[in-house]
Amino acid sequence: MKLLELSGIGKRFGGLNALTDVSLHIGRGEIYGLIGPNGAGKTTLFNVITGLYQPDSGEFNFNGKRYRAAKPHVLAGAGIARTFQNIRLFANLTALENVMIGRHVRTRSGVMGSIMNSRAMRLEEKACRDKAGELLNLVGLKKPHQTLAKNLSYGEQRRLEIARALAMEPLLLALDEPAAGMNATETENLKELIEGIRNAGITVLLIEHDVKLIMGLCDRVAVLDYGRKIAEGVPDEVRNDPQVISAYLGVDGE
Amino acid sequence: MPNAHEAGIFKRQRRRILLAAILLVLPFAVDGILGRGWLRIVDFAMLYIMLALGLNIVVGYAGLLDLGYIAFFAVGAYCYALSASPHLALAFPQLFPDGVHLSFLIVLPAAALLAGGMGVLLGAPTLKLRGDYLAIVTLGFGEIIRIFMNNLNAPVNLTNGPQGISRIDPISIAGLSLNATQRIFGITLPSVHLYFYLFLCFAGLVVFVSQRLEKSRIGRAWMAIREDEIAASAMGINTRNLKLLAFAMGAASGGISGTLFAGFQGFVSPESFSLMESVMVLCMVVLGGMGHIYGVILGGLLLALLPELLRHSVLPMQQALFGKTIIDPESLRMLLFGIALILVMLYRPAGLWPSRVRRRELSSDERPDETA
Amino acid sequence: MEIFLQQIINGLVQGSVYALVALGYTMVYGILGLINFAHGEVVMMGAMVSLSALSLMAGLPPLVSLPLSLLLAVAFCMLLGYGIERIAYRPLRHAPRLAPLITAIGVSIVLQNLAMLIWGRDYHSFPQLFANHAHRMAGAIINDIQLAIVVAAFLMMAGLMLVVHRTRLGRAMRAVAENQHAAQLMGVDVNRVVSVTFMMGSALAAVAGVMVSANYGLAHYYMGFLLGLKAFTAAVLGGIGNLRGAMLGGLLLGLIESLGAGYIGDITGGFMGSQYQDVFAFLVLIAVLIFRPSGLLGERLAERA
Ligand SMILES: Nc1ncnc2c1ncn2[C@@H]1O[C@H](COP(=O)(O)OP(=O)(O)OP(=O)(O)O)[C@@H](O)[C@H]1O
Ligand SMILES: [Mg+2]
Repeated sequence: MKLLELSGIGKRFGGLNALTDVSLHIGRGEIYGLIGPNGAGKTTLFNVITGLYQPDSGEFNFNGKRYRAAKPHVLAGAGIARTFQNIRLFANLTALENVMIGRHVRTRSGVMGSIMNSRAMRLEEKACRDKAGELLNLVGLKKPHQTLAKNLSYGEQRRLEIARALAMEPLLLALDEPAAGMNATETENLKELIEGIRNAGITVLLIEHDVKLIMGLCDRVAVLDYGRKIAEGVPDEVRNDPQVISAYLGVDGE
Repeated sequence: MPNAHEAGIFKRQRRRILLAAILLVLPFAVDGILGRGWLRIVDFAMLYIMLALGLNIVVGYAGLLDLGYIAFFAVGAYCYALSASPHLALAFPQLFPDGVHLSFLIVLPAAALLAGGMGVLLGAPTLKLRGDYLAIVTLGFGEIIRIFMNNLNAPVNLTNGPQGISRIDPISIAGLSLNATQRIFGITLPSVHLYFYLFLCFAGLVVFVSQRLEKSRIGRAWMAIREDEIAASAMGINTRNLKLLAFAMGAASGGISGTLFAGFQGFVSPESFSLMESVMVLCMVVLGGMGHIYGVILGGLLLALLPELLRHSVLPMQQALFGKTIIDPESLRMLLFGIALILVMLYRPAGLWPSRVRRRELSSDERPDETA
Repeated sequence: MEIFLQQIINGLVQGSVYALVALGYTMVYGILGLINFAHGEVVMMGAMVSLSALSLMAGLPPLVSLPLSLLLAVAFCMLLGYGIERIAYRPLRHAPRLAPLITAIGVSIVLQNLAMLIWGRDYHSFPQLFANHAHRMAGAIINDIQLAIVVAAFLMMAGLMLVVHRTRLGRAMRAVAENQHAAQLMGVDVNRVVSVTFMMGSALAAVAGVMVSANYGLAHYYMGFLLGLKAFTAAVLGGIGNLRGAMLGGLLLGLIESLGAGYIGDITGGFMGSQYQDVFAFLVLIAVLIFRPSGLLGERLAERA
């Protein structure tokens, strides 16, 4: 069962081909790894499937629907949630508020309900708050939930981003280098968290430079280099692929 | 724990009652101690506070810079001026031999809708773009509205040009004219007092709506957009619609204030709606504390009273020192505003009275590096 | 036909001024991604300073006093531009976007009211230094001042293009505009480039200010506001951040405005007259934002996510 299927995705920035004819598919319940040297186009691919960039060519299919140039909020509603490589939290809001904002797509209260403080709205608000609290505990945020996002440590901010994304009850969770800047214990905890997320039935798409983490977690891995998919398969296969090795140890010694 | 919680509610309740009592006797106190002229000034200050609260929804919550906010105030004011004065008899003598005299209660919602609708028309093309464009477009819009008000006196006299429209009907509610002294429950209430209470009701309404929205899903979405629009859209927030909503609500609230203004003053002219007025309202929001209702109220109050204080202090002081007026208080005031805007943004971006969350953030004051 | 030609000439003259001012907006935007709201006031300051200088040098021959006062205005505005950037923008370079916008408004109010305190609320008339000959061209008239404005504007734009495309400084500017962070890593002194950009933009603004007041024979503390707004529109029309775009946008806007003002009476059957001239720029701005937000020459760049 395919959850996400990309076909022939291309994206250019001026003269730079950030993505060229990328096709791949991710099955439901998989943990799918995306690796490649710096500037290979991994984040760009994330931006395409979350609607932040419009692809110049190709299209993708998510949960049985075709998308070409969809708005980010539409794709979020369809069930794609993500974190950002260069953390994008709502810095001046509390950790709890950040996660509650993640509930936006799964809640309904409108202007009138909010002004009237209707019963439905109060119930929804309470459920939203409770759920947000649970998620903060799940990702292991120890600081008070009222702490401003910008006053959290790097690792905590990364986990808060995951909690915020989980609040959207996604079908697909896309994580852009979640372990960057984490120490060994934090990375270990992260690994358990991601496994827990998958066991809860959420498909995971993971960009990571930490090879150990990728190899230990992923069911399948794709490798991007200069915007092209140069390999795909189970971790062991990919690790020994000569093209992958040369891409990583390649001419410019990345 | 429940006891502490109850005590908290009780304390808040008591504070509210106290505040209400103070506001109720305020007009009598101002009238008795400072005189009726000052009460009139306080009435105007209430209008400004209302404007500032409306703009706060746009700038403070959603983070959109609206530099032509006063245009919506103007729309409201002219709406009431045209539909509750003899003026239209000049333009359409056959159609309206006595002008148009609609009730305030009809014009008010219509003006709010019209102003909100104009906000949507203006916001729709701009709000999907970067915030700076909105600033410029609203700036231009404010100017355009003024050009039209100034020139729509020929060939058909709609606005009476720079002279403005006078003899506007006083606001009257349920047959009770606010321009005359009224006796209610045995208490004699002069016109300025009546207007004070009317404005208080509307300001209270804006505060109420702002507070409810601030703590709701909608308010959180606005703040998300203000903090990081891209992340907000990735969270499934329809940023364009929500920005439009904030913009329209701010505009509608400006339209309401304008209607009240026209009825209170009985006269409107383009002069009241210059760019400087927009800037002044913006200053109230920024100085008071963007996004914090009480801060904004404080800002509105301070800046509305400041010109009067300057008039009463700077002029006599200059006369005493130099024997003539060297700096006129008007430009001194604007100069101070400009400097205050710069200084606040540089040194106290959350304003004079930031919200509790903001205060905490200022005191913790460790800035994680932003070069991610 | 004569009226048409005359409006074209007027439009070109006005458009050259818009183009010069628009360049200032576009250069700063290209480098910092910031709309320098105070730019219009810099133009006004240039006009006012040159006027004051001229009246101080009233005894000197015009061939000496005019260039001298122009130079003074340029120097003053360059300092002003440098100061504005240092005080109001640099400390907020990494702050949320709203912050520098608000300080920019603050600067603009301060400059306007300072000017009012110094020069008063009255219009100041620009002295007539030379006999301003009128030349007939196929029935339309262009005078010396207008001719000088167009020629000077084109020379300055050509000079600017040379600087940006042919010098080390220009290369550094383009590098910073492309990617500030990378430019810094490559050893470009970003702060210096930004300062120089502001100063160049302000110098152009000063010249534009002198041109406007010479053309209309008037200067006023409030003249910068509308001029700034229109020049910004010109920059957006051409594609903000794009130098050629600013020039094209400026000229086009000047033409649209003067043709519009010339014919609005006919179009609306006499309902609206030339007092609505200022509305055109705004309509152009809205139209561009709706139909082609990246402007005529601007390329569509996705915001980095
Ligand atoms: N908005 C943009 N405008 C111009 N170029 C861009 C933009 N976004 C990405 N690029 C370029 O596209 C290429 C791919 O970038 P991308 O961020 O996708 O790489 P990445 O694989 O995520 O690398 P990293 O491991 O460093 O995060 C890079 O050369 C980058 O500079
Ligand atoms: Mg990346």
